[in-house]
Amino acid sequence: MNNLRFTFCDMALMAMPSGALFLPEEAVLCVSDLHLGKSDRIARRSGRMLPPYEVQETLSKLEADILECAPQMVICLGDSFDDLEAANALTEDMQLWLARLQAGRRWVWIEGNHDPGPVDLGGAHMGEITVGTLAFRHIATGAPAEVSGHYHPKHRVAGRSRPAFLYDAQRLIMPAYGTYTGGLASHTADLRKLFDAPPMAIMTGRKAIAVPTA
Amino acid sequence: MNALPPIFQDWFAKRGWEIHPHQQDMLDRADDPALLLIAPTGGGKTLAGFLPTLAALAGGGHEGLHTLYVSPLKALAADIKRNLRTPVEEMGLPIRIEDRTGDTSYTQKRRQRADPPHILLTTPESLALLLSYEDAPRIFGSLQRVVVDEIHALSESKRGDQLMLCLSRLQSLAPQMRRVGLSATVEDPAAIANELARHPDPCAIIHADPGPDPDIAMLVTEENPPWAGGGAGYAIPAVLEEVKKHTTTLIFHNTRAQAEIFFHKLWLANTDDLPIGIHHGSLAREQRERVEAAMVAGDLRAIVCTGSLDLGIDWGDVDLVIQVGAPKNVKRLIQRIGRANHRYNAPSKALLVPANRFEVVECVAALEAVKERDLDGDPKGDGPKDVLCQHILIRACAGPFDEDDLFEEIRTVGAYRTLSRAAFDDCLDFCATGGYALRAYDKWKRLLQRPDGQWQLRDPRAAQRIRMNIGTIQDTDTLKVRLRGNFKPLGEVEEAFAATLTPGDTFLIGGQVVRYEGLKEMTVEVSRRSDKTPKIATFMGTKFANSTQLSHRILRMFEQPNWPELPRHTAEWLTLQREVSKLPEADRILVETFPHEGRHHICAYGFAGRNAMQTLGMLMTQRMEEVGLHPLGFVATDYATLIWGLDPVTDPAPLFDGSNLRDDFETWLSGNAVMKKTFRGAATIAGLIERNLPQSRKSGKQATFSSDILYDTLSKYDPDHLMLRITKEEAMRGLVDFGRIEEMLSRTAGRIDHMPLDRVSPLSFPMFLEMGRIPVAGAAQDRMIEEEAARLMQSAGVNAI
Repeated sequence: MNNLRFTFCDMALMAMPSGALFLPEEAVLCVSDLHLGKSDRIARRSGRMLPPYEVQETLSKLEADILECAPQMVICLGDSFDDLEAANALTEDMQLWLARLQAGRRWVWIEGNHDPGPVDLGGAHMGEITVGTLAFRHIATGAPAEVSGHYHPKHRVAGRSRPAFLYDAQRLIMPAYGTYTGGLASHTADLRKLFDAPPMAIMTGRKAIAVPTA
Repeated sequence: MNALPPIFQDWFAKRGWEIHPHQQDMLDRADDPALLLIAPTGGGKTLAGFLPTLAALAGGGHEGLHTLYVSPLKALAADIKRNLRTPVEEMGLPIRIEDRTGDTSYTQKRRQRADPPHILLTTPESLALLLSYEDAPRIFGSLQRVVVDEIHALSESKRGDQLMLCLSRLQSLAPQMRRVGLSATVEDPAAIANELARHPDPCAIIHADPGPDPDIAMLVTEENPPWAGGGAGYAIPAVLEEVKKHTTTLIFHNTRAQAEIFFHKLWLANTDDLPIGIHHGSLAREQRERVEAAMVAGDLRAIVCTGSLDLGIDWGDVDLVIQVGAPKNVKRLIQRIGRANHRYNAPSKALLVPANRFEVVECVAALEAVKERDLDGDPKGDGPKDVLCQHILIRACAGPFDEDDLFEEIRTVGAYRTLSRAAFDDCLDFCATGGYALRAYDKWKRLLQRPDGQWQLRDPRAAQRIRMNIGTIQDTDTLKVRLRGNFKPLGEVEEAFAATLTPGDTFLIGGQVVRYEGLKEMTVEVSRRSDKTPKIATFMGTKFANSTQLSHRILRMFEQPNWPELPRHTAEWLTLQREVSKLPEADRILVETFPHEGRHHICAYGFAGRNAMQTLGMLMTQRMEEVGLHPLGFVATDYATLIWGLDPVTDPAPLFDGSNLRDDFETWLSGNAVMKKTFRGAATIAGLIERNLPQSRKSGKQATFSSDILYDTLSKYDPDHLMLRITKEEAMRGLVDFGRIEEMLSRTAGRIDHMPLDRVSPLSFPMFLEMGRIPVAGAAQDRMIEEEAARLMQSAGVNAI
């Protein structure tokens, strides 16, 4: 079993090694910071042409998680697209693939700083959403029982740094799920100030592993 | 015979000088399309290169740029400017000489473009940048000669390939241009001549008198060298004695970290307060310039340095060169020794200081090779394609171009003379569209073909970014270091090193111990400390590989029953190795296994050179991973590979099975750290990855992600992509060096001697202090993360959740 079950604000959660979060009782799957279309945006802006396979890679990962969990609802927790133009530039193949993933379930695009408007790709566009006791939004506000993304947290254990979930009693920050994403070390001030005490980390990789950050 | 103009003859006579025969030869053949001069340091090489230019310009009347001088070092350009100005001013010649490097001010650079001097002194990178401007044809149209100094050093790296591509461009802009190369003693002058000349032009080689044999020995110390380590701290008192006996001493080190540590220790022992300075590439420019000025003024008795002082800079009266650490390569050693005694006919004086006992063996082997004038070196391969891609982009910055013209131009470069049209088209396609099987960038192409067939940048603003990424030097990412509240930088450290620091840690930079305070806007802030023992700075200089010839000499020495030519301590050490284990033999592979600090170790002595031993480490760890031995990492030196892991290896023979190794090789090539590192280098040069630009670094996290992700994605979805082919080609040639593994396999033919030991063997000691350890990304890491997490959970009093 590579997933890790844990409790947060009285809700049963499951962290997956891919960086996705599953709420088994509500059958909700949440992923954050997909940054789809990043290579398109970089080419447009700088002329640099990165391997244009990152949407494909991110969607295959997401498809595998959806197959495993069979969620009734999928929440994409903001910065799902590297910008709105990149969202509109998705190839037909990728649009169809997304549509297949959306079929038969509720799909929510939470607004992020990279994708601050609705996209023409099915699913609902929302600023935030509440599931059970938990509020899901892109950027942490300091409100209690909050799940957010945005910071791309990473954590270092035994000399290896990996994307990681960070959480304490009231706040859970999701790792970035997208293929072309970097990360912010768990000890940096921007991340630390979101927590009252050093948070717990759940490492992604082959297996989701919990570890205290201090 | 071309006589010198009278004003030159007078000037020579006044100084009591006579023109050297090779200087006269250079003058006589000034009209040759290409000329290569081989001369030892101090042989008046630079003057020989410039005499024809000075003679031609003496009468005045030349408009615009006449001679371009290119050297591998900024400091060399500045030095030559000083040295050339002396005769020019003393003879009152109407010649304007200026240098142009990364350190030249913006205003000065602009002025130089508008009104070029007669003689411009520059580096390959600055030249490439100049060629990227639209006014390049105007700047270079009048060019008569190009002088490439220290061409042997450039020729060893991609900087040389870039330079030769630039020369092909220059030749088109200035068809009358003649090429001159100045080189130190090398094993294969004809190869360098072929690189220099426009293919298929001939290139005559002029040899200067090599001068008397160097006076070179190993430094004898009261104290024995340590069993391991690279610092040579034991030799400090003896080195100080030598410094006192000589006017000026250069103390060379193989890495920057070693130079720093040695310098620090030297000062702790320097009770006479002898003026001693330090000079290496990580120091801030102001620091380096101060040392250079003091050196020229004769104010320093010694200077601790790295390869940054390797080249022919005239540092005044150096009468002793000390090489700390094994020289690794006989050719480089001879070139370094040439730094001493700049008087042409005096023998150079040099001392070798081995840092540990294995290096004693290497030093003795190198001394024998010097005595026999047995130079070493490996033949160079075809011109690299990542450099070609960058060249195409630079060409596009300068304005629209025709692909056929560019192809023909590139084929005049020696290293690219066999380039096929298909290979060129691949590179052009990569620059234009990314070259992906998935044609995703129709809308955002980098280069567009105009209706008239010429290629140009889609977005002219892209030129700026391309220019910022010019160059082929593989710098690891570095951060500036400065004292808190002080603007002036002390130097630079690698980003990876900075990431390991926590406030309170101390390290060495510029010879002083500093305390890490924090990171501010991508600058490492430090405060001064008076501590004597710092946490070691791990930033590295260039790491040289032992040449095949030296490795074979060492193996031959191991066959001797005893070693009268070695100091007693080293002979005893080898004897001890022979007693507790075995000495490696040329026709067998010695494999030792032993536990150490809670990990199981396996040490294989293949003597195939650092790169091949590294590849062997990759292949062995892969096989160990497959059979569940949980390897954690390895380190390779020129003579051995040391692997550590969670489980012991009881039967090493299958790890060296030739067919296994060859089978694993292909699978392995696609997914390992060396390939990723090679990919990063090639992709940066080819313009796929940007160098760290100041503005992108500030924006932080989401902007940057590891190039490993690009490598993995490309391998999975587009395995035949040009960048992956370049990476493989490159790795096979340099970092992988499978050829030397094959050589090792055929020479040892399955004869494996396994020695299970209960502790580290004498010969494997030095391996534990080697830098450049490579982690294995396998199941052992997950196991360790789990174990560490469990330990942390327990100590935090948290029960499993």
